[in-house]
Amino acid sequence: MSNYYLFQDSKKCIGCHTCTIQCKSNKNLPVGPRISQIITVGPKFVGGLPKASYIFMPCFHCQDPWCVAACPTGAMQKRVKDGIVFVESERCVGCKACITACPWGAPQWNLETGKAVKCDYCMDRIDQGLKPACVTVCTTHCLSFGKVEDATQIRRERHARAVAALDQV
Amino acid sequence: MENSVFSLCFMCSIRCPIKVLAKDGQVRWIEGNPHVPGMEGSLCPRGAAGINMLYDHERLQSPMIREGERGAGKWRKVSWDEALDYIGEKLQAIIDKHGGHSVVLGERTQLATHVSKTFLKAIKSPNHFTHDALCKGSVNTACRSLFGLTDGQVGIDYKNTKHIVLYGRNIFEAVSVKEVNNLMSALENGAKLTYIDPRVTVTATKAQRYWMIRPGTDLALNYALIHVILKERLYDAAYVDRWVHGLSELQDFVRHYTPEWAAEETGIAADEIVTLAREVSRDKPSVVFHYGYRGASYTNEIYQRRSILMLNALMGSIENKGGLFFKKGPGEAGGKAARKLVEQKFPKIDVPRFDKAGTPDLPLPDPNHGVPQILPHAILNEDPYPLKALIAFRFEPLGSIPDTSLTLKALDKLDLIVTIDINHSDIASYSDVVLPESSYLERTDCIQQANGLKPQMFLRRQAVAPRYDTREGAMILKQIGERIGIGKYFPYKNMDDLVAWQLEGTGFNMEDFNAKGFVAYGKNQIFWDRNDGLKLKSPSGKIEFKSSLLEEAGFKSFPEYEPVKRPNGSEFRLVTGRVALHTHVSTQNNPYLNEIVPENVLWINSGKAAELGIKTGDVVAVASGRGKGTIKAFATDLIHPETVFMLHGFGHQAKAATRSFNKGVSDSLLQENVMDKIGGSPALHETFVTVNPA
Repeated sequence: MSNYYLFQDSKKCIGCHTCTIQCKSNKNLPVGPRISQIITVGPKFVGGLPKASYIFMPCFHCQDPWCVAACPTGAMQKRVKDGIVFVESERCVGCKACITACPWGAPQWNLETGKAVKCDYCMDRIDQGLKPACVTVCTTHCLSFGKVEDATQIRRERHARAVAALDQV
Repeated sequence: MENSVFSLCFMCSIRCPIKVLAKDGQVRWIEGNPHVPGMEGSLCPRGAAGINMLYDHERLQSPMIREGERGAGKWRKVSWDEALDYIGEKLQAIIDKHGGHSVVLGERTQLATHVSKTFLKAIKSPNHFTHDALCKGSVNTACRSLFGLTDGQVGIDYKNTKHIVLYGRNIFEAVSVKEVNNLMSALENGAKLTYIDPRVTVTATKAQRYWMIRPGTDLALNYALIHVILKERLYDAAYVDRWVHGLSELQDFVRHYTPEWAAEETGIAADEIVTLAREVSRDKPSVVFHYGYRGASYTNEIYQRRSILMLNALMGSIENKGGLFFKKGPGEAGGKAARKLVEQKFPKIDVPRFDKAGTPDLPLPDPNHGVPQILPHAILNEDPYPLKALIAFRFEPLGSIPDTSLTLKALDKLDLIVTIDINHSDIASYSDVVLPESSYLERTDCIQQANGLKPQMFLRRQAVAPRYDTREGAMILKQIGERIGIGKYFPYKNMDDLVAWQLEGTGFNMEDFNAKGFVAYGKNQIFWDRNDGLKLKSPSGKIEFKSSLLEEAGFKSFPEYEPVKRPNGSEFRLVTGRVALHTHVSTQNNPYLNEIVPENVLWINSGKAAELGIKTGDVVAVASGRGKGTIKAFATDLIHPETVFMLHGFGHQAKAATRSFNKGVSDSLLQENVMDKIGGSPALHETFVTVNPA
C-alpha cells in the first residue's frame, strides 16, 4: 500500500469516463490500454428504483505487489519514498508477466510501444505538488487524493448529517 | 517554452471555461478553469478528449475542392486563395442571377455567429439559421408565450434547489460541468430528485423517484399535477395573484384532467401523482420543474414545455433562489455589452425567410434562429423561392435534420455547397468546397457575453498555432466577403483586432482577461424583486398562462389533450438521446471517445425482445417509413415496452472519418420530418419503427 489513498466517493460518481480519458491523454496512450477505468455495474432495479454502481479501477499500489515480484527485468518497481508502484519503460521487455500476475487487471498493454503501462498516480505530477490527472479533472470531484483519514472523513461527515436530529425537523 | 492560457472549451456547445497548458507549441494539458465556481478543474469526457481531437490526423487539414461526384470522396487539395476565389466566383454568379436570398447559411450557434449573420445581411439574405430550433425551438417559443423572453434568457439555480423534477432531462449524461456540479451539491445538501423518462439513464440512478412514463404523455401528467395543485390550493397564492395572467381559465381547463385520468394515459398511479404534487409544493418556492434543454420530441411540444413552466409559476419558483431565474445582462449591473458586427447598417431585405418563420404561415418560431428542418422542403419546392447555395458552418444537416434521404435529395438541387468545419462530417463529404476551421485550441474567438445572475464576459484564447492549414471561421467569412464586394462589413485584420473592436466602450480590454479568463460586471448575484420587480416582456407584463402571443396567432392557450398514438403489433416508438461521451454528431470519430462508445445500440424492452426472439448483442433490422438499418440490440427491463431507444448521431457516411464510418445507425435516417408547427421544433419522437432479427 502506498502512502496515498485515492478515494472515489461513489455517491457522486456519474460514470462519465472523464478520468479514463484524461489519464490516457496525459500519458499519451493509444487506443487500447485504459490504466484507469470506470466499470459500470447495472443499472438494475433495487426496491423499485434503478441503481447502478460506477466502480473506479486504477491500481491499488499494493503493499506486496504481484506485478513487481513477477517482473523479470526490474522494470516494475515500488518507489521507496512513498510506495507508488510504477513501471520503468526503458527496462520493460514486454513479457506481460505483470499483466498475468496482477489479480485486478491493473497493468495494461500498449500495443504501440510493445510495453506494459500502468497507473503510477501520475508521480511526476505528485512530485510537482499536483494531483493525479484523473483526480484533477474529475467532473463531479468524486475522486480525491491524499491521506486515508481525509477520505474516511467525507463518509463520516455525510453519515453524521444524515442521522443528525437537526435534519429531521 | 511553456505557456498557459485561460480559454473556452468547444468540444460541445456549452463552452466551459478551461485552462490550457502548452509546451513547445504543443498542448500538453487541459483542465477546467480553477477560478470558475462549479468548474474548479473539472472537465467532462469530451473536454478531456480535446488534445486527442487537436492531434487527430483524420481532421480536415487543408481546403479542398471536389473532383468527382458529390459524396464520392475525390478531392483536390488547394490553397486558401484558390478555394476562396472559387467560392467567391460561384457565389457572385448565384447572387447576380438569383439574388442574395438564394444563399443560406446554417450553423450551430457560436461566438462568431454575429459574423455569419453579418455576412448574410450584407448580401441581402434573410436566410441565416442555427441548429437551435432543431433542439429547442419549441422551448424558446414556450418561454416567449409566457414571459415575452426567450429560453436563452432563463436559467436555473440548481445549487439551492430543494426538489427538482426532470422530464427526460438527463443532466448526468448530458454533462454540462457547472450544471452537474451545482445539482450534485444540491443533492448533497438533501435536495430531492424526481426523474421521469421511458428509459433509465445515469440521472435516473441518482433519483429518489423514478417514473417510467409512457412516451409522449408528459403533458397528461402535467395537466393532472396542475389539477391537484389547483384543487388542493398547493400553489404560492401571493405570487400567482401578482404575476399570473389566466389562472381562472387554467382552473376551468384542468378540472376534468384528474390524476385517475392521467394514470390511464401515462401509466403512473394516480396516488403517486398526487403525492408528487404535495411533496414539491411543501418545498416551494425553491423547486424546479425542469423545462428541458432539448425540447424536440412531439408535435405538441410547445404545450408540454408551457405546462412545465406553468408548474414553476404556480410554485412561485420563477426568479427565486433554488428555482428559475431570468438572466441579467451587463445593463443590469450598469455595464455595457461587447459590440457585435450586426450593429452596422445593412441594405434592406425585402423577401421572407426560406422557412417563413415570422410570417402568417409560421408565425411563432423565432426568426432569429429559423427552422432548419424546413430547408429540404424549401429547396425541393422552391418555396418561397429558389435556393441555390448552402454554407454549412459546423452544422450537419445530414445527421440532424430528420429524414436524411429527403435532405440528400434537396442538397442535390443546390448549385453550391460549402462546408466550414473541423471534422470530416457527412456534409463535408457531400460538399463542393471544404474549408477547414482552426479548432478552439488554435484560435482566438469573439467575446462570450455570459448573462446570468452575475453578468460576465469570457474569452476564448489561442493556445497554440494551427497544426494544419486551417483558419478561424470569422476570418474565413471575411475573406469570402472580400471576394464578393462586402469586405467593408468586416472591419478587422485578425481575431485580436476583432475582439478589441468588440470591447470598445465596455471599459475592459483583452489584458483584463489574463488573470482569470473572464471579467465580471459586478460582484453580487442580481435577483429582481419577486413582489414587484419582474421585468417581463409579455404584453400584460405578467406570466401569461393565457397567452396573447399564441391567441393573436390563432392558437389556443390551453388545448385539449390528445392521446398519443400507440404502436401497433411489432411497432415501437423511436426515442433518441445522448451519452456523456459524445456531442451530437461531431465527436464519434474522436479516437478516445470512439474507443469507449464506438457505436449506438438499440435498447428494447426485454419482454418484447423475447417475443421477437431477440437477445442482447443480436444484430437486428430496424426500419421506419423513411429508412432502415442494422444495429446491435440491447434487451433490457430499463425501457418502456412501447419504446426503442438509440443514441443520436451515429451511422456516419463520411468514409474519410474511418472510425465512425458506418458504425451504428443514424436516427435522422429513420425519423420522419414532422414538427411542432406552433413552437418550431421537429418532433423527433413521432416515428414508429419495426424491429426484427436481421
